[in-house]
Amino acid sequence: MNTDREAILSRVRSALAPLPQRAQRPDWEAELVHMRTMRGDVDAWTLFRERLKLVNGLPLEGAAALVDWLDQNGWRHGYCDPELWPRLQAAFPATFTVEAVFDRTRVDDYQFGITRAAGAVAETGSLILTDASTSRRLAALTPWVHIAVVSRGQIHLDLQHAMTALADDPNIVFCTGPSKTADVEGILIEGVHGPGQQVALLLE
Amino acid sequence: MKFQQIDQFAAGLRKETQAAVYDGSKKGYDARTKTLFDHFEDPNRLRRVAGEIKQHVVENLDTYLPQVEAKLKANGVTVHWAATAEAANQAVLAIMRARGAKKMVKAKTMVSEETELGHFLEKEGIECVETDLGEFIIQIDGDHPSHIVKPIIHKNRREIATSFEKHGLGAYNDDPQTITRRARAHLRNKYLEADVALTGANFISAESGRLVLVTNEGNSRFCLAATKCHIAMVGIEKILPCDRDFALLLNLLARSGTGQQLTVYTEFITGPKSAAQPDGPEEMHVVFVDNGRTDVLASDCRDILRCIRCGACLNVCPVYRQASGHAYRSVYPGPVGAVLSPLLAGKKFPELADLPKASSLCGACNEVCPVNIPIPDLLLRLRNKGKLEKSEAAAAATPPMGGWAVMATQPAAWKFAMMGGKIIDHLPVKLVPVPVFKAWTGSRTLPGWKGGEFRKWMKSRPPAAPNVSRGGPSGPALPEKTP
Repeated sequence: MNTDREAILSRVRSALAPLPQRAQRPDWEAELVHMRTMRGDVDAWTLFRERLKLVNGLPLEGAAALVDWLDQNGWRHGYCDPELWPRLQAAFPATFTVEAVFDRTRVDDYQFGITRAAGAVAETGSLILTDASTSRRLAALTPWVHIAVVSRGQIHLDLQHAMTALADDPNIVFCTGPSKTADVEGILIEGVHGPGQQVALLLE
Repeated sequence: MKFQQIDQFAAGLRKETQAAVYDGSKKGYDARTKTLFDHFEDPNRLRRVAGEIKQHVVENLDTYLPQVEAKLKANGVTVHWAATAEAANQAVLAIMRARGAKKMVKAKTMVSEETELGHFLEKEGIECVETDLGEFIIQIDGDHPSHIVKPIIHKNRREIATSFEKHGLGAYNDDPQTITRRARAHLRNKYLEADVALTGANFISAESGRLVLVTNEGNSRFCLAATKCHIAMVGIEKILPCDRDFALLLNLLARSGTGQQLTVYTEFITGPKSAAQPDGPEEMHVVFVDNGRTDVLASDCRDILRCIRCGACLNVCPVYRQASGHAYRSVYPGPVGAVLSPLLAGKKFPELADLPKASSLCGACNEVCPVNIPIPDLLLRLRNKGKLEKSEAAAAATPPMGGWAVMATQPAAWKFAMMGGKIIDHLPVKLVPVPVFKAWTGSRTLPGWKGGEFRKWMKSRPPAAPNVSRGGPSGPALPEKTP
């Protein structure tokens, strides 16, 4: 492999050697990627909520709203990050089965998975998940419903800002709505490999 | 006279396939325009700056490659180098063998299409499952992708339903939702059984060694949640100078590809999973692949290495829309493929030298390109190369130009021809029994002859005033109308 390394680098050097000058790195200002449709008159959560709906995500406020919604849809079996459970437990009636340990041998048993978000991006309606915030990668992915818990202070206004504040984490994921495809005749289908429902739950 | 290969292919295309390709590509184009132009004050400036960043990287790869390698190593990633497709596949196989691994799940990567990794691993007794829905369908059909972003743009739901039935994925049902659910159920077991995940990379930052992967389906996320080893096959040109540049390129990539603001799963990967995380790879490898890229770098078409594989130029190209991706006989179809494929072919360039001619040079591909690649200019350079290398494929359907050259270099002969051409107006051109003429006159009416009129106009024009600077910021203004 080392010989390939030397071969490639030497070919790169000789390919570039005849260039009289190399292209300079351009400087660009944050305003370049500012979206003109962004509203400046509302708080980050309101903006995030609007943008999340545009990508077919669902914003909910408070544990009670979540339990109502899950109950109406008949989703009563799920997983919850054990660190979050003390804050949610009181809202869940006994008709629900919520596990604190995720068993990968029966991924299809979990209708929902509740994990913590590391942040959110208002402009794009994205939830930010990291290894540090997510108790189980699989629990945030395999259930039909993924619920990411977020607080107001965690919301970045735009992508540019989020990108300059990337956490020191080996696996950062920006989730923008439910998993989807349009491979078959360009028709949009949600819930391909990941969740068919992406919820952002605001908890303070 | 022989038709060009791409025309022959297009002529033989089934109506159904052609309609699917035409509709599919047009849909992508409309969505792109809306998101890009509604959202930004000056989207063309975004494209230009993004193009400058990528051009800078391409022309400084000698600095960036060792820099990104050092970052990756510091992040705990094992770095491999592969000069050829064969070396890239062998590197992947060696990693699999070292782990005793037999099963791989794979996200969509164009570079692995170049190296035909899937077929290679199957021969070595390793199960390699494509997880992108489109690529999965391509795999079970033994087909090839025909679009960079929409691999099965050439298939309709009935064909997909038939192959699902044939491969034991349920009784015939052509509802796209049912097809998707069946793939979901089938593939989740594959992820959970696999030991190794293979992905590509859309970008990799020289500042942090962060690798960006984008998918909509979440398949690469599943690959990196279920398996214990992650291999990323990365073309050597995928580097960006810093993390902040992701913001610019990501804003352009999804809009240009699918008309989305951002892809559903945009992942930033720096290495193996963190210690406290129960799921995900414990080891990570990056295989940097050359496979002809340094030849492209040495050519006068190195601008094509800016490409971020969004597929926008395919969607907008009138030739792609009519001919479909398979007409290009290579991994990369459409305008980008017409430049990249013949160059990546190396010694086999003459075999694909007709592709640069499959364009009307309308310039739409350059106009939509998120990194502003001057594709029409590059196509012209490659046409020249094809001519110089006397490629037979490129010469097909090119009329002999010798007679024209004699005429155009002798003013008297030219003048005579321009006057004499009028005779065409009085000839029954439609009745000429020559197939080449008939192919044109069958559906077109020849306009009246206008030869010689430009010369007449030039002669009747008053001489230009002396010492008038034409344009320039400080020169005098041009007269409003030239006579």
